[in-house]
Amino acid sequence: MNKPDKKNIHRRGFLKSAGGRTVAVSATVSATLSGAALTFPLTGCGSGNSESSSEFTPGPGPERLQTPIPTDQMTYRTHPRSGDRVSLLGYGCMRFPTKTKVKSATAPYEIDQEVVNELVDYAIAHGVNFFDTSPRYLRGHSERAIGQALSRYPRDKFFISTKLSNQAFYGYDEAVQMYQNSFRDLQVDYFDYYLAHAVGTFDAFQKRYVQNGVLKFMMNERKAGRIRHLGWSFHGQKEFFDYMLSPELKIDGESPNWDFVLIQANYFDWNTATGRTNVNASYLYDKLEKLGIPVMIMEPLLGGQLAKPNFKALALMKQAEPEASCASWAFRFIGSFPNVLTVLSGMTYMEHLQDNLRTFCPMKPLSDAEHEVLRQVTDTMSEFQGINCTQCQYCMPCPYGIDIPEVFAHYNRCLNEGNFPSDPASENYKRARRAFLIGYDRRVPKLRQANHCISCSLCEKECPQFIKIGNEMKKIDNFVENLKQERGKAGL
Amino acid sequence: MLRKLRILMACVSFLLVTLLFLDFTGTIHLWFGWLAKIQFLPALLAVNVGVMVGLILLTLLFGRIYCSVICPLGILQDIFSWFAGKSKRFRFQFKPEKTVLRYGFLVVFVVLLLVGCGQIAAFLAPYSAFGRIVSTLLSPIYLLGNNALAYLAERAESYAFYRVDIWFKSVTMFLTATFTLLLVGILAWRSGRVYCNTVCPVGTILGFFSRFSLWKPTINTEKCNGCGLCARNCKSSCINPATHRIDTSRCVACFDCLETCRQHAIEWKIGGKPRTENITENITENVETTVETVARRGFLMAVTLTALQAGRASAQNSGQKTENNSGNNAGNLSEQKSSGTKMPAHSTSKTDGGLAEIIDKVSPRRVTPITPPGSEGIRHLARHCTACQLCVTVCPNQVLRPSKNGKIFQMPEMSYERGYCRPECVRCSQVCPTGAIQLLDVATKSATHIGQAVWVRESCVVMTDHVNCGNCERHCPTKAIQMIPSDPKNPDSLKIPAIDPARCIGCGACENLCPVRPVSAIYVEGVERHHLE
Repeated sequence: MNKPDKKNIHRRGFLKSAGGRTVAVSATVSATLSGAALTFPLTGCGSGNSESSSEFTPGPGPERLQTPIPTDQMTYRTHPRSGDRVSLLGYGCMRFPTKTKVKSATAPYEIDQEVVNELVDYAIAHGVNFFDTSPRYLRGHSERAIGQALSRYPRDKFFISTKLSNQAFYGYDEAVQMYQNSFRDLQVDYFDYYLAHAVGTFDAFQKRYVQNGVLKFMMNERKAGRIRHLGWSFHGQKEFFDYMLSPELKIDGESPNWDFVLIQANYFDWNTATGRTNVNASYLYDKLEKLGIPVMIMEPLLGGQLAKPNFKALALMKQAEPEASCASWAFRFIGSFPNVLTVLSGMTYMEHLQDNLRTFCPMKPLSDAEHEVLRQVTDTMSEFQGINCTQCQYCMPCPYGIDIPEVFAHYNRCLNEGNFPSDPASENYKRARRAFLIGYDRRVPKLRQANHCISCSLCEKECPQFIKIGNEMKKIDNFVENLKQERGKAGL
Repeated sequence: MLRKLRILMACVSFLLVTLLFLDFTGTIHLWFGWLAKIQFLPALLAVNVGVMVGLILLTLLFGRIYCSVICPLGILQDIFSWFAGKSKRFRFQFKPEKTVLRYGFLVVFVVLLLVGCGQIAAFLAPYSAFGRIVSTLLSPIYLLGNNALAYLAERAESYAFYRVDIWFKSVTMFLTATFTLLLVGILAWRSGRVYCNTVCPVGTILGFFSRFSLWKPTINTEKCNGCGLCARNCKSSCINPATHRIDTSRCVACFDCLETCRQHAIEWKIGGKPRTENITENITENVETTVETVARRGFLMAVTLTALQAGRASAQNSGQKTENNSGNNAGNLSEQKSSGTKMPAHSTSKTDGGLAEIIDKVSPRRVTPITPPGSEGIRHLARHCTACQLCVTVCPNQVLRPSKNGKIFQMPEMSYERGYCRPECVRCSQVCPTGAIQLLDVATKSATHIGQAVWVRESCVVMTDHVNCGNCERHCPTKAIQMIPSDPKNPDSLKIPAIDPARCIGCGACENLCPVRPVSAIYVEGVERHHLE
């Protein structure tokens, strides 16, 4: 008797923990309890499914909310080569609010520029000066939106970072075209930071940047001053990471001499590389620090998951510091590393921005005792069985119509909220089953659900988290099928 | 008192039967499914001896209580008639029985059933006519209401209601239902129960028995002052005030006359003389007043008959059409475009996010219609089904819809554009009152061969898009599909489905989940006779 009970509790707790990752995406009522900082993660990988959900994130305690946010206390880091004084909190432009409330294939898609301007104004007023975007973000609208917001400021008040997002083509002309379009959309005549976007394997890197001469072109542009810092964002294998930083990599005999690298890192990833890549974030950071290359951080909240962790983790953090949001722990963890130039956070709502500003104005490094708290927090999370989707939308649109991030989000959300019908023998099963199935239909139109996935795997090469999307879809489909047929044990 | 009791019971039964045709969740059926099963024709077709004997006994004892309390179409007519009475009271008068028409319709009906034209006979069946009206005309409104509740529930984070698809199942069904409603409604508005006493085969059969019923309304000539109020208030037009006789074969035991008579001269009691009315005598008595009405009624009858003819003709037409088209089947399919979705332009303009548009599926042209498991095939279905649409209402997978095929016109046919026949569901067989879809357990259902999957090489996504798929294989509940290399010489080539006809049951999972749109690259062809695998 005892055993199953224990198991249940375990799972539920764990579910809760899992929740964070889902929440980011879902329109959950509860989300706002813990930290206004539901920062939907960062650029690069974050989730910003802003089009479908408005979400409240658990906010900080009232005391914290009432204290004014200082405008002159932002923590800055200096780039060792150029002397750029970069705010430690960088604005990720992948999760801006949109006017489109209903997600559909045909509805016009429009960024809510007015709100974007407000967010940017507020951020700049409080010391944020780094903005990261890409031609692919927000269905290609991100650059124009941030370009418009920043065009109201003198060029020397901000640093702009964008990417050559040529994942879908290898041509030189197309790449140069994309590069030039970014100038137009961002309304600037030089880029402070420019990245080779999401590189991770030797083969793709060769095709996208080396063989076609695009990297050579980028290096020349740096010489010409139109790119002030050249770097790359990493999602991939350790061997490739090492190769990128080794002296072997030469273009026409010249080393690219990277000015920075954008990596995914947070307290959960730090020593746990499973699932995403074969290398821990700590390895990446250490290596870059040793080489003296400044590091930019993406996914400091792991797709929003760390802003709303499981209840055990929340208790641990609140016990240590009752007024701090969970998100602030994650930011302080990663911000404590001195070689971090900036930490990107994709802030959709003013509450996210304000909570994050409270964390960074100024940022207090974690003490040893606080590190210990996070170690315990990480332990509670390792049980999480959900799908590591950060809602970045890189996989979308699926040519067969599947809404991949929403399917994962529903699954994760049910895990998180305890609406997870795993054991037909449990009391909760009937209710949870109904909630899962009805909620699934509400959230994902029937024709966009997992059972329509044909495992063509076209999406898998887009996923920066290396999720085996086809397999996960099959698992979820089986799970749903078992629920529908009320067949035996339904766990994944 | 008796009248009030009758009205109360009628209201309750009418409401519940109507709900049977509206409730898509099947909850009402758990408790009140028997209300459909005690209907006369369904019981007859299901050879439900108990119910038949019970109903005949009921009629022999108390008259046509059935027509007043159990038959939903009868009660529907009472409702129309009641509203008509609001504007014009005492609008009826005695009319003689239309024996020829009455028995003529019965004979036609029986003959149609015997020669296997149940789909035409079904037009006359009262219960199923009511079912068609409610499921076609009222159900969409009910579903809209449900969806409104589901919308609110969603906002309240409640799972009490869920959204359902509302879709137009059949144009002909819509026309039939509208026509029936108008016909029955107009007849009832003008002349009360004239449909029941002239057209309805059940009315005629029960009328035959109620002639001899034990309890019957009788006029106490000692109390009667000959005012004729009872006759002017009799919706069956069966009270002859001149002779003080009540035609109990047409009396539907509504007890209105008992309360109308100010002299309390009409009693419902055992005995009374059996009906010995001389029709010719009555006709001469009433000749002046009835001539006009008869003519009018004759016209309405003619309209009914014409309509029936038209229905038959269209049934046959659609039958022919199906056959004609069958020859072109392969050709049509190969013309279909393979891509199921409209993608935003890919390649260089690929950005993150967004959704591909999904084109609606359309049904392939099937040579043989697919009928639900338990119906044993087209012939059995055609012989037993009254096309009441109960199964269509409860099908949770949007598989069943009224057929356009002449042989099973308006009877349930399956198609898989919106869902497939899921292995855990046997709901249609649970609700069918006529035995047309026989009760199955889940295991038997999943072993019943109702159709045969056919793969269309030219449109399969593996061949057209050169991608890995196998969604049909993955979802086949009987494992009738295996994936084989598309190039026999290269075992590593993309895999295409190979169907084992011996294992395929025709559930349509493959067809429904095939990514190819609008017409799936794997579809199910019906079989004439079902059999167990």
